[in-house]
Order: sequence, then C-alpha cells, then structure tokens
Amino acid sequence: MTDFTLWDIVRNLLLAGRWTVVLSLIAFVGGAGVGLVLTLLRMGGLKPIRWLIRLYVDVFQGTPLLMQLFLAYFGAAVLGFDVSAWTAASVALTLFTSAFLCDIWRGCVEAVPSGQWQASRVLGLNYLQSMRHVILPQALRLAVPPTVGFSVQVIKGTALASVIGFVELTKAGTMLNNAAFAPFTIFALVALGYFILCYPLSRYARYLEKRLYGAGIR
Amino acid sequence: MALVSVKDLHKSFGDLEVLKGIDLEVESGEVVAVIGRSGSGKSTFLRCLNQLEQHDWGTIHLADQRLDGTAMSPGELSQNVGMVFQSFNLFPHKTVVENVMLAPVVVKQTPRAEARKIAEEVLDKVGMLDKIDAYPAQLSGGQQQRVAIARALAMQPKVLLCDEVTSALDPELVGEVLLVLESLAAEGMTLILVTHEMKFARDVSHRVVFMHQGRIHESGDPQTLFTQPKTPELSQFIASVL
Amino acid sequence: MTLDFSTLLPYSGHILEGLVTTLWLTVVTTFVGIALAIVVAYVRDLGSGIMSRLLGGYVEVVRNTPFIVQLFFLFFGLPALGIPISATVAALVAMILNLGAYTAEILRAGIDSTARGQHEASRALGLSRLQSYRHVVLVPAFSRIYPSLISQCIIVMLGSAVVSQISVFDLTYAANFIQSRNFRGFEVYLVVTLIYLLLAVGMRLSFELVGRRLFAFRQGGSA
Repeated sequence: MTDFTLWDIVRNLLLAGRWTVVLSLIAFVGGAGVGLVLTLLRMGGLKPIRWLIRLYVDVFQGTPLLMQLFLAYFGAAVLGFDVSAWTAASVALTLFTSAFLCDIWRGCVEAVPSGQWQASRVLGLNYLQSMRHVILPQALRLAVPPTVGFSVQVIKGTALASVIGFVELTKAGTMLNNAAFAPFTIFALVALGYFILCYPLSRYARYLEKRLYGAGIR
Repeated sequence: MALVSVKDLHKSFGDLEVLKGIDLEVESGEVVAVIGRSGSGKSTFLRCLNQLEQHDWGTIHLADQRLDGTAMSPGELSQNVGMVFQSFNLFPHKTVVENVMLAPVVVKQTPRAEARKIAEEVLDKVGMLDKIDAYPAQLSGGQQQRVAIARALAMQPKVLLCDEVTSALDPELVGEVLLVLESLAAEGMTLILVTHEMKFARDVSHRVVFMHQGRIHESGDPQTLFTQPKTPELSQFIASVL
Repeated sequence: MTLDFSTLLPYSGHILEGLVTTLWLTVVTTFVGIALAIVVAYVRDLGSGIMSRLLGGYVEVVRNTPFIVQLFFLFFGLPALGIPISATVAALVAMILNLGAYTAEILRAGIDSTARGQHEASRALGLSRLQSYRHVVLVPAFSRIYPSLISQCIIVMLGSAVVSQISVFDLTYAANFIQSRNFRGFEVYLVVTLIYLLLAVGMRLSFELVGRRLFAFRQGGSA
C-alpha cells in the first residue's frame, strides 16, 4: 500500500474537480438553453403544449436525480446506443436543469404585476411588444437571483454522476479512499471542494435577492 | 354625433351581472364624473370603454366606430382612448421620459426625436419636466400619477379615462393630480373619471353620473345633483361621503 | 428494443422491502428533521452568540455540499475516528441533518416576515422569549412557509435514493439489486422511477390535506 501525502490527495481531488466544473457548465448552459425554449413555448403556446411542458417539469421535479441518471445510462443501451458516463450524465443533468429553470422562469414572468400588462395594452402595445419592452425585462430582473441559486443545485447534482462512473470530485474521493484509507480527511476535503464552488454562488444569489427586494421595488 | 355613445351595456362575471344596462353619451370636451359605492360597477364600466373588459351585450361607439373587441387593434384604440390607473402602473425599469415615449415609438412608429419632443411637452403640461430622467421608484405617488397621465396623453387620445386616480395617494399628494386634471378639462379634453373626490366632481365636471348596483341611477349637472338628490340611494351615498 | 416487464414480477417482494425502507426513512426524517429545524431556528433567532454562529455554519455547510458527500463523510469518516456507525443509522442521521438545515433556513424566513410585531406584542403582554416563540410565533410562521416545507420534504425523500450507495436496502437499492440479477436495467429503473413519482405526488397530497386542517385559521370565512 503506497503512502499518500496530503498533497497527493489534494492534487488528485483538484484534477478531478475540473470535471465537476466542466459538467456543471455543460448542464447549466445546456439546461438554460433548453429551459428558455420551453419557457417561451409554455408562456405563449397552446394548451396541449403547455400541458406537455408542465408534465415534463413535474416528472423531473418528482423523481430522484439518481434515477434520471440511471435511466439515461441504461435507456440509451436499450435504444442501442453505447453511451459513456459523460454523455449520460450530461444529457440527464441538462434535462434536469432545463425543467427546473423553466419552472423558475415561468414563475418570474407570472410575478410581473398584471397592472403592467394592462398599462401596455391600454397604450396600444400588442402581445409581442408588451413582452419585449415591458414584461420580459422585468421578469429577467426577477429571475437572476433564483437562477444563480439553482446553479448551486446543479453543481451538487454533478456529485451523483459519480454513481454511474463519471470521474469527478466525489468519484475521485471514493477512489482515493479505497487506496489511501483516510476517509475523514478525504471526504472533508471533498466537501470543502464543493463548498468553495457553491458558497460564493449562494452568497451572490442572496445578495442579488436583497438588492432586488430590499430596495422596495414596486 | 356624441364622441362616446353607450347603449344598453351589459357585463357579467360568471353568474354575477355587474352592468345591467348602461346608456350614456359623452360629447367632445365634456367632463363626466362617475360616482357610486364600491361594487356599483363604475370601474367595470370604464374598463369596457377601452376594451380591457369585453362587454357581453349592448353597443359602444367611439368616434363613430363601433367597439366589439376586434374592430380596432390595441394600437388604434389607444390613440382614441387613454387610461390612467389607480395604481399608476408605470414601467419601473424605464425612466420617466422613456415611460412616456415608449408607446409613440413602438406603436405609432414615431421617430425618437419627435417622440422626445412630444414627451417633453406633455411632461411640462403635468409639471414633471424636471424629473425627466428619474426612475419611478424615486418619485412620490403624486408625481408618478402625473407621469402616468402624461404617458396616456402622449398618444393624443380623444378621451381620457381615469379610474380612481387619486384613491391610492396620500391626502397631501391628491391636490397636485387634481390640478393637472383641472387644467386638462379647461383645455377642452374629454374626461370620464371614476372618482371619490366629490369636491372635484362638483367643481370641475360638467356632468355627474351616479351608479348604483350596475345601473345609472341618476345623472345631471353637479350643482343640482349634490344638493337635490332625487333618489334615496343617492342621498344616502352623499351623506356617507361628504 | 424489447421491453419485458414480466421479468420484474418475481422480485416484487424486493421492491416492496425497498419501498418500506424509503417510506420509514422519510417519515422519521420528516418528524425529527423538523424538530431539529425548530430548535436551530430558535437558537439562531436568539442573537449572535457562539452557538448561533456554529449552527449558522452547520446550515451553510449542509446547503453548499452534496448530500452524497455528507452521507459518505458520516458513514466512512466517523468509524475512522473510532465511532462505529451502521449504514442505516448513517443514512438516517445524514437525512435528518440535511432536512434540518434546509428547514431551519426556510423557517427563519418565515419567522422574519411578520412575526416581529407579534413577538413584541406578546412580550409586552409578559410572555418570555420561549413562551412567545412557542405560543405566538411558531405556528403562523409554519403556516406561511408550509408550501416550501412540503417541497423540501419531497426533495429529501427523492434524495434518499442515494443511501442505496452505502447498501441501505431502499427502493433504489432494490432496483440495483434486481438489475444485477435479470439484466433488465431499463425496465426496473422505469418502474422504480414511477414509484418514486407516485410517492412524491402522494406526499404532496397528504401534506396539503394535513396543512388544510392544521392551518384552517388562515382561510378567511365569509364576512
């Protein structure tokens, strides 16, 4: 059994931590893109479309992320694709993120006071003009704090990708533990790694929310 | 022909019939004050006039055009009828001048320079020219409402509808808004106001309409209406507010 | 692609066992976690002493690290310090600490809002801090944050799927177990996912029912 120094452990964790960041970015950017399309469809669309998207959101919010990852991994195999942990994790996390962001953003559009819709209408703006000049800018402002807050959930979600074999921070931790038998230190460091990534984002989200609501925006 | 002509207007919300047959004619340049208890249908009536609510039965004619939900686009309608709300509804993410310029630029495709000139004129008229680059959150309630009036005026409507525009204001701010409305009336603007300000109704309007339970109960010139109410409902109402 | 769900039938006992485990873990976590949250929120509300700061730290750590890492830390880390811990206990403790932290934050927001005035009124009437908290502040705060609380409990229930990784025989473990026997991964995971979905819906409905009874005072009567 090789002797691991603290630096060996930290170095390995840092290297694996890269993949946590990469997967988080892929999921967040991809999820935001899909989520935006879904939100627009949901807000301006026909009843069956809205119903379908609502179902999509409910399924992702009502089932474990771990199961979603398993299904992505095994589902692809059933369809005949040989899927790597990377692809499965990316797809599952992207769809997961898109569902949650769609729900958050819908809430933000609905949170814009109805008086704004009425004032636009009465000034003669049509639906698209109202959305573009009056509603969406305000919805966007409302959406930033919870969206930043959700990015924290995405980063934490990448930890589950370890279960389907994706090598990121958590997987590196378990692998190192199998070799070095220093679980307390190793998992404390893993937790620290996530904390360093997540805490600044959490604080930022809180600051944004205070700035938005503390100022007494009407 | 009258500028605004309403015949046998009915409107229900589900099972509740709120307007039970309204007949009203408003001439150009007239100032009409609509008074009555809450629930009498005053706001609903006003909102039918600019199609924020769709009436169920009856006709509304605006400058010879019949309103039925599709006859005029929101853009055309806004150039005939403007509205000021109780809760101002200014766009918080835009400055005062941007609030006023938005509709002319986007709806009428007015070039920005010209829209700016119009904005400055109407803002001057309501006395808010010095706050032209402020944001709504930086203004008092009375100031915001005056900007809201300017915003409606920028579209140069033939009729201005005012829905309890001073009810949400602190008492000391009410006066500045009423002054603006008074000057508009003096210039010959056609105004239909739902209001609780009885003194204003008495002093500035040409005609007062008392609504009760979805109907026009009494209507007439302010001097006689307030001093010689013909119906017990109106005298009760006057007693309760004055 | 051929899906064959009949291969799952002989394993329905395993699925049931897993379901029962997930259920009782969730129920115990809900009660103990909420109790913990109340204590934490109270202590933090008292002021900015050492205890308050420590608890604040605990809440931030839990909210900014993945549940699976918290679980591994407890299960693998504690024995290394000489504290033996079984998988089930580790799972339960991790879930309780997790729900406790999130709920404490949610409760804090609920207490902050309008409770100040109520609290001051009750103090003016002579109640101690604890009495005020217990009789005046808590219940309205709870009724305000109840929807968020329901969502959080469901999130923890769904997150419990992870305890399968330390060999607790929950619903997910059952799914993995069956999958390794009949090689029908997709079918098993599909069925189990559906069961989780039904659990989530069931939790929401029953919590809402309970809420309507407990917080009936919130619904205004006819004037």
